[in-house]
Amino acid sequence: MKVLIPSPLRSYTGEGRVEATGATLAELLADLERRYPGIRFRMIDEQNRVRRHMRVFVNGEEAEDLSVALKPSDEVQIVQALSGG
Amino acid sequence: MPTITPAATGAVALLVGTRKGAFILKSDRARRRWKLTGPLNLGQIIHHVMLDPRDRKTMLMAASTGHLGPTLFRSTDQGRSWKEAKRPPAYPTAKEGEKARAVDHTFWLTPGHPSTKGTWYAGTSPQGLFRTEDGGDTWAPVTGLTDHPEYSKWFGSAKDGTPDGAKLHSVIVDPRDARHLYVGMSSGGVLESKDAGATWSPLVKGLEVVEGFDANTLSFHDPHCVRLCPSNPDRLYQQNHCGIYRLDRPDDAWVRIGRAMPKAVGDIGFPMVVHPRDADTAWVFPMDGSGVWPRTSPGGKPAAFVTKNAGRSWKRLDGGLPKQQAWLTVKRQAMSADAHGPVGLYFGTTGGELWASRDEGAKWSCIARHLPEIYAVEAAELTR
Repeated sequence: MKVLIPSPLRSYTGEGRVEATGATLAELLADLERRYPGIRFRMIDEQNRVRRHMRVFVNGEEAEDLSVALKPSDEVQIVQALSGG
Repeated sequence: MPTITPAATGAVALLVGTRKGAFILKSDRARRRWKLTGPLNLGQIIHHVMLDPRDRKTMLMAASTGHLGPTLFRSTDQGRSWKEAKRPPAYPTAKEGEKARAVDHTFWLTPGHPSTKGTWYAGTSPQGLFRTEDGGDTWAPVTGLTDHPEYSKWFGSAKDGTPDGAKLHSVIVDPRDARHLYVGMSSGGVLESKDAGATWSPLVKGLEVVEGFDANTLSFHDPHCVRLCPSNPDRLYQQNHCGIYRLDRPDDAWVRIGRAMPKAVGDIGFPMVVHPRDADTAWVFPMDGSGVWPRTSPGGKPAAFVTKNAGRSWKRLDGGLPKQQAWLTVKRQAMSADAHGPVGLYFGTTGGELWASRDEGAKWSCIARHLPEIYAVEAAELTR
């Protein structure tokens, strides 16, 4: 499925849109980690919590946890909060 | 008593961590000219950059951003190329009923003992201690500390930590004994281990805490920076939230040597720097700890202070520094010494200026300005 990557994570992927697979969000993130080592820990902490300023949307709906089921036709958007200075 | 290392004569590299990336300044052998390179990892918060003195090639860089999780970059060619660590410092995923802890960022990096090649320690925020044995690629918690039954009592709550988050810092490895460690925690005090981190004991006797609080409670202790003297590993100096101290082992009571500082300046600050070959000599960079704690140079008149007699007296060192209206803040990792003779001293400010002295602080000159907020400055010898 298509995954939208925010600019702070493009040093891992090299591009803003990538393809990845998984029946759940957790599996999708594991697939991203296999393809782009190190990317998962920048988004998800060691307790499997989405980091404070990161948000993940599936077809425009925010995913609250990593158990959310996915279909190959889904579009996943990873977004970083536009805060800071 | 270890053999005192002869003075260095080679070029110095300053490894500078800032809020917006890392920079490296390299000098000529005379330390008169400096060349700035960088930024490395522009936009990432670089808490610390360290060279491994055991091989003079490996460097580690602790990074995070305001949004992404923490990571650690490694170089094996003196900083020419960098690769991300495979497993940066992180806690195991909690089992049901366990406290789910997460590393916010790695704050402090210390190379291990010369006899344990590849070993490094990392202090994190919130307070945690991690060790690698493969040169920084994979890290694991030092569970003797992180799983200690008194852990939460020592560290207190998030409210006891510093505004940037509670930190474990000042990880010190005794040059005579790889198993003998010290750490400082803000908050949490100073702890000592004699068995490579398996067990720990508080080392806070003699240290003061904020007025009205009980010094027997570890979470009230805030050692800003602790240093061991390489020429006499039985001597430690400490810049604390509540004064400057010295400890001569095997004694276990710190002595407040900051009482000898001028009253108008006080003995509050962040960094503590020791001489590489003379255990009676140490430097501090005082800040204003009055009222709401501006944490700037007292009176807007910046100066380092040196003791050459283990703290019995202090001398002001402000040659070349602005004489007024200069409200500098120097963080705990942002001042260091090289190993030349005379010793070179360096400090970076939160306003992005980097100052250097080739004569042990007698005269200062600004060698870089307009950098981002400086978090850390380490003087490294790329060659001897």
